[in-house]
Amino acid sequence: MDLVDISRWQFGITTVYHFIFVPLTIGLAPIVAFMQTMWVVTDNPRWYRATRFFGTVFLVNFAMGVVTGIVQEFQFGMNWSEFSRTVGDVFGGPLALEGLAAFFLESTFLGLWIFGWTRLPRWLHLTCIWIVAVAVNLSAYFIIVANSFMQHPVGAEWNPETGRAELVDFGALLTNNTALAAFPHAVAGSFLTAGTFVLGVACWSMVREARRAAQAGEGSHDARTSAHRPALLVGIVTVVIASFGLFFTGDTQAKLMFQQQPMKMASAESLCHTETDPMFSVLTVGTHNNCDSVMHLIEVPFVLPFLAEGKFSGVTLEGVQDLQAKSQEMYGPGNYAPNLFVTYWSFRAMIGLMAFSFLLAVVAWWFTRKGRIPTGRRGTWLSTLALVSLPMPFLANSAGWIFTEMGRQPWVVHPNPESRGDPRTEQIRLLVDMGVSDHATWTVWTTLIGFTLVYGALFVVWFWLIRKTVLAGPPTSDGPADDGGGYGSPADADSGASDSAEAPVSFTSSGTSAADDRKDEGR
Amino acid sequence: MIFGIELEVLWFVLVAVLFAGYFLLEGFDFGIGMLLPILGKDERRRSAIITTIGPVWDGNEVWLIVAGGAMFAAFPEWYATMFSGLYLGLFGIILALIFRAVALEWRSKVNTDRWRRWCDAGIIAGSVATPLIWGIAISSMLAGLPLDSEQRLSSGAGTLVHFVHPYSLLGGVAFTLVFLLHGLAFLRLKTTGTLREEAARLTPIVGGLAAVAGAAFVLWTQIAHGKDWTWAVAALALVGVLGGIAALAGHRDGIAFTATSIATLAVTALIFGSMYPNLMPSSVDPAFSLTIHNGASSEYTLTILTWTAAVITPLVILYQGWTYWVFSKRISADPVALGAPASTEGSPEKA
Ligand code: HDD
Ligand code: HEM
Ligand code: HEM
Repeated sequence: MDLVDISRWQFGITTVYHFIFVPLTIGLAPIVAFMQTMWVVTDNPRWYRATRFFGTVFLVNFAMGVVTGIVQEFQFGMNWSEFSRTVGDVFGGPLALEGLAAFFLESTFLGLWIFGWTRLPRWLHLTCIWIVAVAVNLSAYFIIVANSFMQHPVGAEWNPETGRAELVDFGALLTNNTALAAFPHAVAGSFLTAGTFVLGVACWSMVREARRAAQAGEGSHDARTSAHRPALLVGIVTVVIASFGLFFTGDTQAKLMFQQQPMKMASAESLCHTETDPMFSVLTVGTHNNCDSVMHLIEVPFVLPFLAEGKFSGVTLEGVQDLQAKSQEMYGPGNYAPNLFVTYWSFRAMIGLMAFSFLLAVVAWWFTRKGRIPTGRRGTWLSTLALVSLPMPFLANSAGWIFTEMGRQPWVVHPNPESRGDPRTEQIRLLVDMGVSDHATWTVWTTLIGFTLVYGALFVVWFWLIRKTVLAGPPTSDGPADDGGGYGSPADADSGASDSAEAPVSFTSSGTSAADDRKDEGR
Repeated sequence: MIFGIELEVLWFVLVAVLFAGYFLLEGFDFGIGMLLPILGKDERRRSAIITTIGPVWDGNEVWLIVAGGAMFAAFPEWYATMFSGLYLGLFGIILALIFRAVALEWRSKVNTDRWRRWCDAGIIAGSVATPLIWGIAISSMLAGLPLDSEQRLSSGAGTLVHFVHPYSLLGGVAFTLVFLLHGLAFLRLKTTGTLREEAARLTPIVGGLAAVAGAAFVLWTQIAHGKDWTWAVAALALVGVLGGIAALAGHRDGIAFTATSIATLAVTALIFGSMYPNLMPSSVDPAFSLTIHNGASSEYTLTILTWTAAVITPLVILYQGWTYWVFSKRISADPVALGAPASTEGSPEKA
């Protein structure tokens, strides 16, 4: 592999990895905030337990977002320094703003939330988690503004003297139509992820605990089951809303992309030749990268014209080969088509994997209606479906980004079609091999292997911690006064290893004893 | 220009301020991490030590992220040249930060000794390695790196000699030891009882080491790279370190922490002041140096950045300051029965 390939692999691996954790953070923060709000308003301990339970998952996960995010912040300079020089004047702004406006809020108020259960008045403590919830979404907005400049550069002009793109209209950058479409779509994808997580965990745990209770001959309504019921509802509603949101926002994005990056959409269809009213293919065989080897096995009419222009017929779409010829004419010789196999299948994976979450929501609603908890065969069905569905939205998110980013190849900064012929903006475009830092290949190999190994190990630990938290179940306490301010994780309390006399001052306690904190409660 | 100030100059100062904030705040986080193996004789002490920074370290780390973002936005050439040229060093810093952060966040999530030992190892390693590498990296930038005529810096193995020389190594050691002292002052300020007393016993040794390394680095920097006016901050740095040690010895925790804070701020001012107007001086030819003029973003971008920073930064300082106030109670590692109520009385203001 040459330098460009290694650098691309590194960027792809680290970024896709960052975006495994981020969607769960973005979606779960508002969900936890909502649960806590319900607790504060109704004073019902079920909501408290649900808050603490999913709050712990949120914290374990948040750590991963933070550490992988640091890599993101630095690697534009480390590996894509020529890209940074060329567009830094524009691209750096949203990145700096993301830190200043969002990361500071997020990290500071999360610290207050973790450690503030008994330190702060209830409403103020609740405000902290809401601030976190808003801030994580704000950070998503700023980073997508940056990304959208690479998809559809606006608000900047080319300065031939400095050889770089320079910002001329900050408002235009922030309201790039690509960003305004991508942001709600990515947020909806995050809500689908977190909603599926909450729903899946609640279903699986309810079935498990109902079975245990049945074996022990008790009623199934112990303290834990009661925390899963509200979570189940929240999960179902979130998944259903997010699914519709994804559909509509995704459709908006597709329409934009047919205008802004027709090559990406043609590749997504393996549409080799320009056609009027082409069919949307669901299944094909062939290598894709050799255009004419592709055999379309299952095809659906009307979908493509609708995706492109909102009409069912009378739409002519350009094929890869014609677009390639056009690009050569405009930008000189070269290959302007992305990897067709990847774009075609990642687009389908993104859309197709949504089915799992939606199905789970419907099945869960039906099986648990009116307070039922299935234990027999239906119970097995439900918990299996829950487990199978958990990873699917994560995969759908990765697929969506792989489609977006690899479909943009060979460009890092895709030329804006509206700028054609305008000397001030026409030059704003960058091929991927022009953006890379000039390193000796062994240095990038070192970091690529290093990051991959470390990330692999961390993934195992992350998975194990989340699993442990889920298995331990929600706490059985009724409120912060009941569990010593709720410091640490509920998992701690349940692992039962510690002798309470010897128990350390918990990591999170502000050093005063639990007894002390209880006294503080009234403040 | 805003209010007659050249924006390149303003943003150079602002980047320096962000780094100063980072060193001031994460400095004591690192110090606390380094004190963990020294003072953390049992789990009770270890968790109390970590609790002193528990609620705040992540917010402190964001100062670095924002400093990086500000460099990217205001001086894209600087961001590009420095981050690609110091490639492997930054890789090391990133790994250190990763291990430290996950260890801090996950330590309380599993209740076994083995788990906590692994996490402690991560915290300690990250807290030593990060300041060490930053010290080496920053002092070698100040000493000059072989930037070519296009202000680019090759990252290959051949350039290693430019990072490993007495001055840069001294820089690494001085950063580490001064942060250790800064952390000690912070620990004294934030704890009470046995832990606070045991920390006091470290003052002579930690103070001695930090004073020697810190003074040597400050004087070398001033003499080799300083300007006339930076004598003032150099002196302030020395006063800060020595005053901090004296105050620690006299059990005046508040004054000690203020003094070591002044020292970290003054050292940062010394470094950036000596660098100005260069961002990265070239050791090949001064004409090849990256300066605030050939490395900056356009006037428009800088203006936008200035207004947003002017609005948001004061808010950040306000709410971060409030966090410290919320968690201002002293922490004790002593068993609960022994005088915990009394121990929570002392607030830092009174110290
Ligand atoms: C749970 C995840 C998920 C699901 C179920 C969907 N998407 Fe998606 N999609 C994403 C998650 C995602 C994403 C990862 O969040 C992306 C990557 C970039 C972005 O803005 O969102 C994305 C990008 C993306 C793009 C590319 C935009 C670009 O290149 O800038 C299009 C055209 C669509 N989506 C369209 C759809 C359609 C029509 C869907 C079906 C209803 C759909 N997506 C479901
Ligand atoms: C929103 C912020 C993002 C920015 C600014 C960004 C920017 C970049 C850059 C500069 C590259 C390297 C050049 C290239 O190969 O084209 C790249 C590649 C890539 N990115 Fe992104 N990216 C972002 C988000 C993401 C996310 C969230 C994912 C996935 C979850 C992702 C997946 C990829 C992949 C798979 C590649 C490799 C593509 C290839 O080499 O063909 N990106 N991106
Ligand atoms: C490739 C460009 C990206 C960069 C430079 C980047 C940078 C960062 C950094 C530095 C952090 C750590 C913040 C902290 O310490 O608190 C972080 C976390 C985060 N990032 Fe990214 N990121 C990128 C891609 C993305 C994308 C595409 C999204 C969302 C759509 C995103 C959303 C978030 C969120 C919500 C967090 C905070 C939550 C968490 O830590 O899990 N990032 N990112």
